[in-house]
Amino acid sequence: MSEKIAVQIDDLTVAYNYKPVLWDIDLSIPEGVLMAIVGPNGAGKSTLIKSILDIIKPIAGSIKIYDKPYKKQRSLVAYVPQKGSVDWDFPTTALDVVMMGTYGSLGWIKRPGQKEKKASLEALEKVGMLSFKNRQISQLSGGQQQRIFLARALVQNASIYFMDEPFQGVDATTEKAIINILKELRKAGKTVIVVHHDLQTVPEYFDWVTFLNVKKIATGPVKDIFNDDNLTKTYGINYKVSIQQ
Amino acid sequence: MSNAQIEIQLIASLVAIACAIPGTFLVLRKMALITDAISHSILPGIVIGFFITHDLSSPLLIILAAASGVLTVVLVEFIQKTGLVKEDTAIGLVFPALFSIGIILIAQNANDIHLDVDAVLLGELAFAPFDRLMTGETDLGPKSLWIIGTILLITLGLLFAFFKELKISTFDAGLASALGLSPVVMHYGLMTVSSITTVGAFDAVGAILVIALMIAPAATAYLLTTNLKKMLLLAVLFGVGSAISGYWVAHALDASISGSMTTVLGFVFLIVYLFAPNKGLFSVLYRQKQQRIEVSLLTFLLHLGNHQEEEERHVKHLNEHINWQKVQSKSVLDLALKNNMITINNDIVSLTKKGKSFTTEAIDYIVTNKNSEIENMKDRFFLFRG
Repeated sequence: MSEKIAVQIDDLTVAYNYKPVLWDIDLSIPEGVLMAIVGPNGAGKSTLIKSILDIIKPIAGSIKIYDKPYKKQRSLVAYVPQKGSVDWDFPTTALDVVMMGTYGSLGWIKRPGQKEKKASLEALEKVGMLSFKNRQISQLSGGQQQRIFLARALVQNASIYFMDEPFQGVDATTEKAIINILKELRKAGKTVIVVHHDLQTVPEYFDWVTFLNVKKIATGPVKDIFNDDNLTKTYGINYKVSIQQ
Repeated sequence: MSNAQIEIQLIASLVAIACAIPGTFLVLRKMALITDAISHSILPGIVIGFFITHDLSSPLLIILAAASGVLTVVLVEFIQKTGLVKEDTAIGLVFPALFSIGIILIAQNANDIHLDVDAVLLGELAFAPFDRLMTGETDLGPKSLWIIGTILLITLGLLFAFFKELKISTFDAGLASALGLSPVVMHYGLMTVSSITTVGAFDAVGAILVIALMIAPAATAYLLTTNLKKMLLLAVLFGVGSAISGYWVAHALDASISGSMTTVLGFVFLIVYLFAPNKGLFSVLYRQKQQRIEVSLLTFLLHLGNHQEEEERHVKHLNEHINWQKVQSKSVLDLALKNNMITINNDIVSLTKKGKSFTTEAIDYIVTNKNSEIENMKDRFFLFRG
């Protein structure tokens, strides 16, 4: 891990219909971490990611990706939305969905060509889904759909990856496969930020963690701050987890 | 065929194509109801435009009508954003309000102008060839043909230019936004095109039936393909096919052209809904039946695997103990025999080696629910499962 800051958030407040979902968040995410964002339902985890990606407009605060606003750094960032946020009955194939990852670098109007197709096929192979490339996406299992989403992010070839609950509704094999790819990304010096639900696996999967519940509770290395005190502050009840380290 | 007949069919076909393209995206975005709203609420725009220009095919009228269509969408979204009512309620509030303003405007001035409610609601394609575009003495063809032709060309141009952007913003607006391919621009672009197309089609089919031309071909195509480009193409083909055959139905019955076109559209949808290869009703029922037999077969094989004693494996036992009807017992036995999973000696059923390994693997699949397993099993055993 270097000393560089990948994502810098200052005084971020986001509200839906004047009801704050995120209150005055300050957060520095160092380059090269594999970070979990944890917190109860309605804590604003997805909202935080969407605000960083300029999908939701905050009412206050500033967000910088490598010292510049997101709009100037789009090409450095890849995004995996929640699986449930799209219609899997959409008439398209696995390969086509992965190719959507190339649309950002193509920009407006230009169509994807052979180069984009080749990159997409490689990404499909990396997630072990090459043999499903022509499969209609509704014919894929939950785990396979999640792998397709991961492949779509890989094809963006970004420096920072944001993933919204990539382990939701996937089988154990897929979960292992995904986390291995995320660990590889970190080894390659990328920054990976994951909204995560399963507290048990935090110490095993991640090296950095942010506790969030409307306000930021704590952020830092898992080995320093993943403890009962912060869990209780975040979830409001006495949380006991055994941390294997 | 007379010239007028050819012209009417040409206009109807162009209207069908121009409607099918935005219609496909509206269906995929689950926004079919918004076309209903737009087609009604463009009325005040048309009426006001008509007051100003006294010409049903003036560009100003089209612009005003399209603007009131977009206004509908803006109002619906505004009401929805307050969080007080849901989207369908917001639509239900906005378009009757705008439509009724249009109706009152027509009624108040009905004596002075040639614009009546019937024509607005149902259109009159049969009269389209009479209103011609002339430059001096030269006849350039019906005005409606020029209007819808121009709208279609613009729509096609936009579709080819922004196909990728439309696709991603329809499938995954979040990613589209993150990539900087503004889904908001796409959304309002599609709404504007839909409004303009509605106005263009208005003359031919009226405010109510234009909805059918937008939604029915796309909905029919949706049942037949899993590819967006093919869906667009099929929607266009269904639209044109129904428009032309609708015209001839009207000709034969001496009935309203727009009414006949819509009836054909509905009929085509019904046929496809019933008989489509994968998503059709009969195909779904057939698949469910097969899955039921498959589960019965597995239950039966499992039973055989669990019991060594002969009386539990007697053919009659199927009827008595497992409590199946004769027909079901027979179809399960036949299926198992045909696939060499059992042998029957003196009415005593025994599992074959293949039957045993199928049972173990199937149970394993059900317990672990590993999807890779089923691909494997499909190759080695028969399986209906999709």
